[in-house]
Amino acid sequence: MTTDDRERLLVWLPRLRRYARALAGQRDDADDLVQDTLERAWSRLHLWRGVVDMRAWLFSIMHNLHVESARRRHVDTVPLDESDAARTAEVAPRDRLALRDLQSALDALPVEQKEVLLLVGLEDMSYADAAHTLGVPIGTVMSRLSRGRERLRALMEGRNDPVHLKVVKK
Amino acid sequence: MTAASPITEADLQAWVDGQLSVERAREIQAYLATRPHEAERLEAYRAQKRELHALFDPVLDEQLPERMVAAARPPARGRMRAIAAGVAIALVSSTAGWVLRGSIVPSGPGPATAPARTGAMAASDFAQRAALAHAVYSPDVRRAVEVSAAQEDQLVAWLSKRMGTPMKPPHLQELGYALEGGRLLPGGRGPVAQFMYHDDAGAKLTLYVSNDVAEGTAAPEAKPGPASAPVAQAEFRFSQEGGGVNVFYWIDGRFGYALSASAGREELARVAALVYRELKSSR
Repeated sequence: MTTDDRERLLVWLPRLRRYARALAGQRDDADDLVQDTLERAWSRLHLWRGVVDMRAWLFSIMHNLHVESARRRHVDTVPLDESDAARTAEVAPRDRLALRDLQSALDALPVEQKEVLLLVGLEDMSYADAAHTLGVPIGTVMSRLSRGRERLRALMEGRNDPVHLKVVKK
Repeated sequence: MTAASPITEADLQAWVDGQLSVERAREIQAYLATRPHEAERLEAYRAQKRELHALFDPVLDEQLPERMVAAARPPARGRMRAIAAGVAIALVSSTAGWVLRGSIVPSGPGPATAPARTGAMAASDFAQRAALAHAVYSPDVRRAVEVSAAQEDQLVAWLSKRMGTPMKPPHLQELGYALEGGRLLPGGRGPVAQFMYHDDAGAKLTLYVSNDVAEGTAAPEAKPGPASAPVAQAEFRFSQEGGGVNVFYWIDGRFGYALSASAGREELARVAALVYRELKSSR
């Protein structure tokens, strides 16, 4: 049983990690988020039998952890991270600016819009699965998706409208 | 469907995501053919998806960190049981033995005066320090602990060495608290150990352990004397510290224990009883 369980978790690790990276931005934060997700998953081992969709379950644990930590963290800090340099170096130079823009534009989205956008756009979840993962109605997923995409487009095009960026002192 | 139903924003999003039937997708395509602005907007959304994949898909191929793979492994239940049975934070030294206040000390006769009075001042300071440590470290998501529960052996070895006393975190799983890890903190005179736990909802609970609480204020002779009953109850105290931190604490000889959480008195009392029980059964 335990071997199976472990396999069940391992299978999702790369995708949990990809989602976490997009969600949390910094590599360390993202990996900590994955780590915490795994720990919480194990602490709820008794619930596993009832889990039909392992992916939705794991992603919902990660969602909850991320929301909790975002709520706790009032001041956003940007730690120096040398892995940032390594990451962008792998990308062809001409794309680098655009991708960096995407990352910072993503980070400027409200977390609930960002989550929907990533679950659907990156994780390729169905709207129903995304709704299940986030514990919200499908209608909410749709409206967040629509607003998030438009906001991201505005940010990427350098338009300030309809987006109002918050200025955060760092 | 014969008469095309009205096209909604949700349809357009679903078209971007390829979540429409072939038939419906065709209708959307016809709709977009006459609306270049909408077509442009939706194309931008499709581009977003491609860019997201370009930016984050490389993560899929990154090598997984060791600790992450370890965390995907089931917790070693047998090992945890063994540690829990050996119980918790206890002084297992063969010479001294770990004793509750009021119980018999094998050596060193002394006055039967309980250290409760003399230790009282130190005890409240102790509770305050524990609450402060809880408030400082429990919200720290990334570095809540110095050594995580995944490296429990290392945690035990390290804390035992630094504290000069065997230190093991009690396991509070039966009450729904998972060990997160531990850290070493400066205490009044020597180091203090802090073990961090969290429940399913992520609420933190810390156990703060000092082995120099009573010694600081109480005279050395004020150690538990032989006149007391062999099994005395430790005196539990409850205190509400600033910042919504509640502390349940007790002193046993030179050991002080403080449980801090935002949970209420009753919950803390339940956890304290479990910790106490484990300590007691380890003697």
